[in-house]
Amino acid sequence: MSPRPPGADLPEHPDLLWRDAEPKRAYDVVIVGGGGHGLATAHYLAKNHGITNVAVLEKGWLAGGNMARNTTIIRSNYLWDESSTIYEHALKLWEGLEEDLDYPILFSQRGVLNLAHTLQDVRDSVRRVEANKLNGVDAEWVEPDEVRKICPIVNTSADIRYPVLGATYQPRAGIAKHDYVAWGFARRADEAGIDLIQDCEVTGFATDGNRVTGVQTTRGTIAAGTVALCAAGHTSVLTDMLGIRVPVQSHPLQALVSELLEPVHPTVVMSNAVHVYVSQAHKGELVMGAGVDSYNGYGQRGAFHIIERQMAAAVELFPVFARAHLLRTWGGIVDTSPDASPIVGRTPYENLYLNCGWGTGGFKATPGIGWALAHTIAHDEPHPSVAPFSLDRFVTGALVDEHGAAAVAH
Amino acid sequence: MQLIACPWCGPREEVEFSYGGQAGVPYPADPAVLSDEQWAHYVFFRDNPKGRFAERWNHSAGCRRWFTAIRDTATYRFERVSRLDDPKPVT
Repeated sequence: MSPRPPGADLPEHPDLLWRDAEPKRAYDVVIVGGGGHGLATAHYLAKNHGITNVAVLEKGWLAGGNMARNTTIIRSNYLWDESSTIYEHALKLWEGLEEDLDYPILFSQRGVLNLAHTLQDVRDSVRRVEANKLNGVDAEWVEPDEVRKICPIVNTSADIRYPVLGATYQPRAGIAKHDYVAWGFARRADEAGIDLIQDCEVTGFATDGNRVTGVQTTRGTIAAGTVALCAAGHTSVLTDMLGIRVPVQSHPLQALVSELLEPVHPTVVMSNAVHVYVSQAHKGELVMGAGVDSYNGYGQRGAFHIIERQMAAAVELFPVFARAHLLRTWGGIVDTSPDASPIVGRTPYENLYLNCGWGTGGFKATPGIGWALAHTIAHDEPHPSVAPFSLDRFVTGALVDEHGAAAVAH
Repeated sequence: MQLIACPWCGPREEVEFSYGGQAGVPYPADPAVLSDEQWAHYVFFRDNPKGRFAERWNHSAGCRRWFTAIRDTATYRFERVSRLDDPKPVT
């Protein structure tokens, strides 16, 4: 028997979940940004509205930006009616998303605790719980002894620097496997005939009066009936090309994972005051997010002292983590808005829609914003859930101030 | 951690500094005549370039003085720092 070359007996490559599409000359709808929001918008354009002559343009690889870099926390316990409407709509979609996508996304409703460490935290948290209840969002205020029952590894003793005085608890909150979510949406959009075009960076726009007629890309010019921007931290780069000002500032936001550990952490714990949020992925890593770096940045990396401060907080709150090893850290670019709420909807161009300003918390909204933006594009009318988040609220003054529920910790 | 060159104190660690956002945004000369839209742009809208950016920084754990930096937001590299009594830097 003749010798077999190395690799001759390896298994076949698994079936690809989507085609690597070549750009056509024109589309009815061009979505700029192939992350979670762009892919979800494409999916719901096809599913809810039968619009399939759609391209999703991604400058890198699909879902390789913030969709690959977030800490996957899903919750809807925001203060104001406008926010709880859109996030609760998203959460309800998450609850049926595996069936809709016919794809496993490891959605796990393990609950989220938002810790309060000061008297003001306690007052704000109780107020938020009551507001959530009025909006039909499951929420309760839990005392430190209940925090310990829900998550035994949290240090609830009184002698730490910022003692745990209680927490808000949303049992329906949880986590999902972010890559699978993106792949699930991509697969369904592709099945519907939508072109997902990678390695295709938008370098300019063709306009005619107050209409955008097409996009110039590194893979040629593509004509568009409607354009939707889903570019998160790079939104300003695009809107600068169009001469539109958008009140977002791009910041690096870092996160990290530990080595794989036995299951030790049954829920999601967030603490705005000490800037750490932690869950344990199905595979076993502790997934932790930090605060943003203070300066504007597009580098997809941040400073190490941010990680250091976050680890100090994590070890204080979870003494059991002290001997865990850091496996890797990374950064994404988040587009923060003045009121910590997203900016979605119309722009000065009549066929250009904006979706940005989700800051540190866009992942949880993925199906909700996909649904709402698809509706907005299909009907040329903002979906009721995104109508309050228009760009012109900064002129009218109708801000949706979610700094308390959002802070940096999402 | 990168070193930031305070124009008064010299190079110090980044943790000693706090960020003040875009430089050169003057208070409106005649506030009473501003439209709502002009106020919105003064209060909420700031440039957000990928690349060179003129920014205010404060050496908050040092001399506590403000200065202006030209920094690249893609590489995070500080290109130049200047005191507030220096001529206004051009990006």
